[in-house]
Amino acid sequence: MSLSLTINGTQREITSDPDTPLVYVLRDELKLKGTKLGCGLEQCGACAVMVDGKVALSCVTPVEAFDGKEITTIEGIAETETGQRVQQAFIEETAAQCGYCTSGLVVAATALLSENPAPDLDTTKAALTPHLCRCGSHPRVLAAIERASKT
Amino acid sequence: MSLDAYPLVSDWLSPSAGGFVIHSGKVDIGQRISTALLRIVQEELALPLDQLRIAEVRTGAAPDEGITSGSNSIEQSGRAVAAAAATLRRHLLENAVAQYGGTLADWSLVDGYVQRAGTNQRIALTDLARDLPLDLPVDTTLPRHVPEDSATATMRGITEMVTGRFTYVHDLDLPGMWQARRVSPPHVKAKLQDIDMTAVEKVQAKGLRVFRDGSFLAVAGPREWDVVKAATSLGLACTWDTEGGLPEIDVFAQLIPENAKRFPVVNGTPQNAPVPDPDPTPDISSRFERPYQMHGALAPSAALAEWTGDRLIIKSHSQGIYPLREAIADSLGLAPEQVEITHVPGSGCYGHNGADDAAFESALVAMAHPGTPILLKWSREDEHAWEPYAPAMAVQVDARLTDGRITALSAEAYSDTHRGRPRPGPNRAGPAKLLANRFQADAMAPYVAPPNMGNHAGMHRNLDPIYDIAETRLVKNLVQGLPHRTSAMRCLGAVANIFALESTMDVAAHSAGVDPITFRRTHLTDTRAIAVLDALERRLLPVPEGMGRGIAYAQYKNAMTRVGLAVDLTVTDAAKVKLDRVTLVADAGRVIDPEGLKAQLEGGVMQAASWALYEQVTWDRDGITSRDWDSYPVIRFDNVPVFDITLLNDTAQPSVGAGEASPGPTVAAIANAIFAATGLRLRRMPFTPDAITQAALSV
Repeated sequence: MSLSLTINGTQREITSDPDTPLVYVLRDELKLKGTKLGCGLEQCGACAVMVDGKVALSCVTPVEAFDGKEITTIEGIAETETGQRVQQAFIEETAAQCGYCTSGLVVAATALLSENPAPDLDTTKAALTPHLCRCGSHPRVLAAIERASKT
Repeated sequence: MSLDAYPLVSDWLSPSAGGFVIHSGKVDIGQRISTALLRIVQEELALPLDQLRIAEVRTGAAPDEGITSGSNSIEQSGRAVAAAAATLRRHLLENAVAQYGGTLADWSLVDGYVQRAGTNQRIALTDLARDLPLDLPVDTTLPRHVPEDSATATMRGITEMVTGRFTYVHDLDLPGMWQARRVSPPHVKAKLQDIDMTAVEKVQAKGLRVFRDGSFLAVAGPREWDVVKAATSLGLACTWDTEGGLPEIDVFAQLIPENAKRFPVVNGTPQNAPVPDPDPTPDISSRFERPYQMHGALAPSAALAEWTGDRLIIKSHSQGIYPLREAIADSLGLAPEQVEITHVPGSGCYGHNGADDAAFESALVAMAHPGTPILLKWSREDEHAWEPYAPAMAVQVDARLTDGRITALSAEAYSDTHRGRPRPGPNRAGPAKLLANRFQADAMAPYVAPPNMGNHAGMHRNLDPIYDIAETRLVKNLVQGLPHRTSAMRCLGAVANIFALESTMDVAAHSAGVDPITFRRTHLTDTRAIAVLDALERRLLPVPEGMGRGIAYAQYKNAMTRVGLAVDLTVTDAAKVKLDRVTLVADAGRVIDPEGLKAQLEGGVMQAASWALYEQVTWDRDGITSRDWDSYPVIRFDNVPVFDITLLNDTAQPSVGAGEASPGPTVAAIANAIFAATGLRLRRMPFTPDAITQAALSV
């Protein structure tokens, strides 16, 4: 059985086993290495992607569950104006240290601002709480999202 | 140290096509050393950034600068690169004079050119550098050339990070590469007794390979998810001899003089001398404790290795590629030259995590599969359960107060070693510190570290109070044979020591009836320390209604960056600590990369807040029980304070590292703020709702 996914606007035929969590399909089969594996337990947010415009974690749910859905990974985020704005704001606020959590955070921030262009601080914090950053870039990430929401 | 071993300009800086290449042995671990090095050379040579790049850090090519640790990168590599750039600058100007006339004063460096004043005569630096003699020695006496205005440098790599194009070890993908996972024992004492061969055959039937050497077990194959599933099924097929399991002890009960090798510490250095008796009747006496805590890197450790038949090529996020090369070569009976390690970034590590162990394990699997690159990754559970932890610590502080001043202070630190990196040393210390060597058929005994007698090293880092106190008695107590492997984590002993000392300063200030900033100032003569506290006082807003404010001050290793900070917080009805505001003033000498420096200070506060409020390794006889982010909670976005950071940029002072300057005072300031908010003095980290409730009940 083969699956067909829409990833960053392109139809892709998938040969991985249907029980493979999406993140392994993205990284291993499709060579889209921007989505990171951090825990495999849906606890850290490093593997976040957008599915039909909403944030979803990709490290547990099997790829077959994404059949027929629109998936946007960090590689496709810049296709939208909001995504580009978020990326630019992260650069301007230096909102990363090691950067391993960054793709997940950029995806989550883009999803947040697509739905709510001017979230208050508590809303932003709540949206990012599923995401870990161990270097302590939190204040800069919050500043970047505020900057992106203003521009 | 770096310049003694590598005294030539060409060791640090060399011309290349279209620009210059910086060579450094220090690696990027999220602390932005490469951004700072680029900035140093860019400023010194007035070069456009696109004419500069940083060489890969690889054994055999990069200067051997040991371990990237201790906030030393700027002082060591930064100083060497700066002096090399200043020498190169002088050499290029002299070249211009020799070739085109005039005097040194007639020529200046502008935007990649040497330009003659008052004329339009200019020569590209890259042309002038073509005949750079390879044996030109670095002249450390030349003045630094620094522009007046320090514009913010864009962090190296950030564009790639926000677009998902930054390459970590985990992302490497070579033709024919296989993925590998270890099949981990339940705990460190367990030995592999038996493995159900039908499970092995099932895995092999899927085209995967199982590797076993004694109790070290791993599985490799072309697709990562197949390997992950195989590792799980093989784990279930193993029978382990658990040798009684992990000792279920109260580690703090072990941190006592009777169990310790004891050394008095004088001016930050342990002495082989008798320990003086303590003051029998101190005015203040308290013990402060920190549990085992983990680095908890966001990405579990990983490494790529390939065995060509006579050479081992490794990519690793280790902080010390040269010492690791020695340890791996020694472990495998190879000459060091047969092993090549290139640093490729991992996620932030904050010290010695599983990086080195994963590198050795990838090599073990690769040696069994010549010609196949092996990318071995630890799982989240592997990282949580097997990385070397920061040791549990206790610090006993006794102080005597006379007329509102501390006149005598005794501080005794207790912990296991903070030094577990695989550095070479007697009794094959390097190999003994690589985890897999304890599990192979020809197993090595666990490494027992000798006491670290270095200045402000290990557990006695910042044990010496920074204040002017007439009489001090400081003791290092090394306790070994405890349940867990331990090693270096950000700040080493400074976190527990500053927590203890700065909590005691708070107690003493209250007892003297003096505000905590004034109390500290009256114990200081260092004008730069006083300037930090003055600036902090000026930045402080009134304490909001219902909040507590805690103050702390420290100078990292009593010699590097000075940090004074205030934490404002509330303690909720559910005994949860909500951080509101952090006001921080730092003096790190001349500031090279202000945004990078602020990011390091903020990051240090956030990590320390996580240690202070959430983090604690737990275990029972069956193994480590804090194996994921639920059982080992850390700080998240719902508890991020507002930051107000002031840098005292003293351009006449040498730049010092700041990556470890803020965590110690942060833990203390949080404890002091909890006291201000609730009247409860918390003396054991983490200050969880349970701990706060217990403290309230025991009042």
